[in-house]
Amino acid sequence: MGGDEMKVAVSARGTCAFCSVSPGAAVLRLSFSARFPTDDRPRPGRPGQGPVKQRMSSMSHLDALEAESIHIFRETAAAFGRPVMLYSIGKDSSVLLHLLRKAFYPAPPPMPLLHVDTTWKFREMIAFRDQVAAAGDVEVRVHINEEGVRQGISPLVHGSAVHTDVMKTAALKQALDKYGFDAAIGGARRDEEKSRAKERVFSFRNAQHRWDPKHQRPELWHTYNTQIHKGESVRVFPLSNWTELDVWHYIRRENIPVVPLYFAKPRPVVERDGALIMVDDERFVLREGEVVQLREVRFRTLGCYPLTGAVVSSADTLDKIIEEMAASRSSERQGRVIDHDASASMERKKQEGYF
Amino acid sequence: MATVEFTPITAQDTAQLLRFITCGSVDDGKSTLLGRLLYDAGMVPDDQLAALARDSRRLHAEAPEALDFSLLTDGLDAERQQGITIDVAYRYFHTPRRSFIVADCPGHEQYTRNMATGASNAELAVVLVDARKGLLPQTRRHTYICALMGIRQVVLAVNKMDLVDFREDIYAAIAHEYRELAVQLGITTVHGLPVVAPDGDNVGRRSARMPWYQGPCLLELLEAADTAATQAVDFRMPVQWVNRPDASFRGYAGTVCGGSIAVGSEIVVQPAMRRARIERIVTADGDLSKAVAGQAVTLTLDREIDVSRGDVIADALRPAPVADQFAAHVLWMGDEPLLPNRAYWLKVGSRTVNARISSIKHKVDVNTQAELAARRLELNEVGYCNIDLDHAIAFESYADNRTLGGFILIDRQTHATVGCGMLDFALRRAANVHWQHTDLDKEARSASKGQQARCLWFTGLSGAGKSTIANLVERRLHALGYHTYMLDGDNLRHGLNKDLGFTAEARVENVRRVAEVAHLMVDAGLIVLVCVISPFQDERRFARSLFDEGEFLEVFVDTTLEECERRDPKGLYRKARAGEIFNFTGIDSPYEAPEHAELHLLTAGRRAEQMAEQVVEQLLAGMESHQSR
Repeated sequence: MGGDEMKVAVSARGTCAFCSVSPGAAVLRLSFSARFPTDDRPRPGRPGQGPVKQRMSSMSHLDALEAESIHIFRETAAAFGRPVMLYSIGKDSSVLLHLLRKAFYPAPPPMPLLHVDTTWKFREMIAFRDQVAAAGDVEVRVHINEEGVRQGISPLVHGSAVHTDVMKTAALKQALDKYGFDAAIGGARRDEEKSRAKERVFSFRNAQHRWDPKHQRPELWHTYNTQIHKGESVRVFPLSNWTELDVWHYIRRENIPVVPLYFAKPRPVVERDGALIMVDDERFVLREGEVVQLREVRFRTLGCYPLTGAVVSSADTLDKIIEEMAASRSSERQGRVIDHDASASMERKKQEGYF
Repeated sequence: MATVEFTPITAQDTAQLLRFITCGSVDDGKSTLLGRLLYDAGMVPDDQLAALARDSRRLHAEAPEALDFSLLTDGLDAERQQGITIDVAYRYFHTPRRSFIVADCPGHEQYTRNMATGASNAELAVVLVDARKGLLPQTRRHTYICALMGIRQVVLAVNKMDLVDFREDIYAAIAHEYRELAVQLGITTVHGLPVVAPDGDNVGRRSARMPWYQGPCLLELLEAADTAATQAVDFRMPVQWVNRPDASFRGYAGTVCGGSIAVGSEIVVQPAMRRARIERIVTADGDLSKAVAGQAVTLTLDREIDVSRGDVIADALRPAPVADQFAAHVLWMGDEPLLPNRAYWLKVGSRTVNARISSIKHKVDVNTQAELAARRLELNEVGYCNIDLDHAIAFESYADNRTLGGFILIDRQTHATVGCGMLDFALRRAANVHWQHTDLDKEARSASKGQQARCLWFTGLSGAGKSTIANLVERRLHALGYHTYMLDGDNLRHGLNKDLGFTAEARVENVRRVAEVAHLMVDAGLIVLVCVISPFQDERRFARSLFDEGEFLEVFVDTTLEECERRDPKGLYRKARAGEIFNFTGIDSPYEAPEHAELHLLTAGRRAEQMAEQVVEQLLAGMESHQSR
C-alpha cells in the first residue's frame, strides 16, 4: 500500500550485504544548531545540573506537556506498589526515561525499566539499551519469551502477526506476571493511531491483561483513579497528549540521546512489499530477485528490523529531522508493517493485551 | 489547499497550549467540522488523505469526488459500526501561534458523562448548531454542562449555512438567542460565526459566500482565545510524593495548581496548618526562585514538619478553607444509582478520603435546569448534594480552583469511577460543630469494666439464626462477668429506625445508624452484639471502618435460603413469596455474602449452643494477649 506513495529517490546503490552498520554504534549526542536558537535555558543532556533561573510566568506548550507527564509519573509511583516503565528503546522511550529522571530528581527513579526483547530488534537498539543500563542510575530488566525462541518464532517465517503475538504481546504478559507489576508505564501517544485517541492516561487492565474499550473509567481533570484489585493492573501513558513533532522538539530542546537509526545515513536495504527493509544481520534471507542496496535512509519509528520500513531521507541532524517532518505528508506509523494487517487492527491487538 | 503555513521550527518551543472541546450532535456535522479543521491546519498527512478519498468514494457513491471529513475523526471499530462517536477522543493540531488539544465529545443523549470528562480540562467550547434547526434542547444541555465544568468561553458555530441560502437573518437570530441562553448559564464570552463545515467556509479561512460576516474564522478565534481565564490566584500545591533519597534531602513533589510562590515565602501545610518557609524550589534543571501554576516542582522547607501525600501546601497568608462537609454538584457516572449515605472514596487533588452523600437537595434536569426532588441519582444525572467526609480536607470552590474543587467518586467494591463533583462551599455545620474533647477515653472506660470493648457484627438472611446465637453469646458473656449490650435490627426498627423502610436507600441508612450506635457503645467500653441482616458488602465495610483494628468481628451466620424459608419463624418468606411484602432479602432484594468474615458459621447440622461457644472462644482469644482474667 505504501509502495506508490513512497518516493524512491535512490541516493546510493550498492549490493554488498552487511556493510556500513557498525556494531555497538555509539549513543549520539547532538548539539543545537546556532541557526535555531531555542529559549535561553541551559539544557544538559541529563537532568540534574543547572543554575538557578527565572521562568516566564506563562508556560510554553512543551513546558505544559513536560509538567503533565511528570505529574503522571509521580502519581504512578505514589499510588502503586510495583510500578515499572516499559522501555522500547525508541525516541518515545528516550523521552520517557528523561521525564522519569526529572520527576524524581534528586532521587534516582523509584522503578525499574523493562525491555521486552523480541530478539529481532536492530543491533544498534540493543547497543543503545545496554548503554542506558550502564549509566547505573536505573535498573534495566530484559525479558525474552524463551518458549517463542525454542519454537523458533521469526517474523520472516511466521509473519508479523504471529511474531508480534508471541514475542511481544505474550512476552509482555509473561514479564508483567513474573514480576507482579501492577502499573506499567508506556510511551504510547494518542496521536499515533485512531484507536489510541480514546485511550485513557491510566488505562485499566483486568487480571488477564485485557482492555475493554467499552468500559473505560471516565478520566477528569488530572485526578486519576488509581484503585485496582489484586491481580489487576493499569497501563499508564504519560505522553498521551504529545505529538510526534512535540517529541522531536523536546528531544532537541533537552538534548536527549536517541538511537542513531533515526538519523539518515547509507544503510543496506531491500525493497520488500513496498517497504524498505534494512538488512541488519545474517538471519535476513533474500527472496528471489531481491537486491541489497545501500541507500541513505532513516527510521521514523523503531521496532523489529524485518517489520520496520525505512524512509529515504538525508536528515542527519535533529534540525533536519524536524524540518523534514514539518514538510512531510505521511504519517508516522506508515512504516510499521503490523498496522497494515487489517483496518482497525491496532484496536484488536490492544484488546488482546498488546500495548 | 492548506491555508495555514507550516510551523517555523522554533515556534513549537514557545507556542502556548489551548485545550478545547467540541459539542454537538452527529447530525450537526461536528465530526465533519473537526475533520475540516485538522485538514485546514495542514494536519492530514498524504497517506491518510489518500485513505480518506478512498473511504469517501466507497461510502458516498452519490458524490465520489467530495471528501467526507467526518471519517478523519472516526474512532473505534464498535463506533464505526454504529456510526456514532461514543466516547471522548483527543485530537492534536497546531498553527504557528498555538498548539491545540481537542476533546471530541459526543452529542448523544445518554453520554453526558463523556462531555463532562472532555470539558473538565478545557478552557473553551465550540458549540455546533444546525442553521436549519436552530437551538435544540441538546444545545442548552451542552452549554449547561460546559458551564458546570467551569468553561467560560464558547464559540458558537452555526453550521450548514449553505442549506439556508447563507441568510444573515437566520444566523443573527440563532446567535442572539444563544447569547441570552449563555448569559443565563454563566458563560461570560460568546463568539458566534456562520460556517459550512464540509466546504471550509469560516473554518480555516474566511468565507467569500457570506460577505456579511466580517469576523475572524474559527481557526483565528481559537488562536486568539484567552488561556489565562481559568487560572486560580492563590498559591496551592497538593503534595503527590515525598522525595527522600537519603537523610540529607526531604522534598515535597507536586504540581502547583494555583498562584505562585517564591523562595523564602511562608507557607502552611493543610489541613493540619503547620507553618514553614520555602527553602528551595527544586527541579532537575536547577533550582527556581519562583514556581507558578502548572509547574511540577519539588519544594523543600526550612524546618522539619510532618508533610505527607494528600496534604496541600498553601500560601500562609491566604490559606485554603478546611472542612469535612460540603455542598457540591455531583454528576453521576455509575451504572448503579448513587444512594445517599452509602460510602464511596472521594479523591480530590492527591487526597483520597471516605465520603458519603448525606442528602440530595435536588437534581437538575440537564435540558431545562429545572430543580427536581430526588432520592437517588441515576447514570448521567446531576444533583446538588451535601457531602460528608471522614476527614477534613483543604479545598477550594470549583469556580476558584478546578484541582482543589473538583473530585471523583470511586466505588469501593468495583473501583470504578462512578461520579464526579464540583465543590461549592463548606457547610457551616462543619465549621461550627467541634469535636468536644473528653478526658476519659475508651481504654479507661473498658479497663474499669475489666474488659476490652468489641463489636460482634452478626450478618445473614432473615431467619438464619443471628439473634438466637447472639442471645446465647450474650448470656454466656454476662455469666463470665463481661459488660455487654445487644442491638437487634428488628427491635431498633421499633424506635431509632422506625422512619425507615426496606428500599436499598433505607437499608443503607439503617445499617449506618446501627453502626454509629454500636460505635458509641464500644466507645463506652462495652462488648456490643449487633444483629442485622446488613445485606450489602459496602455498608458492612463502612461499619468496620468505624472501629479500630481488631475491635470489629464480623460473624457470618450462613444458613441456606431454603432452610430459612423452611423455618420462616415470622412468616415473612411466605408473605414475600405471595407478593405481600417487597424488597425482601433473598427473594427480591440481594444478599451479598461476606468474603472475609472473622467467623463463618455454617449452621447446617449444628446446634446454636455449640456455635455460640465458638463465638465466645474466638472473642476471648482475641483479648487474651492483652489481659488474663
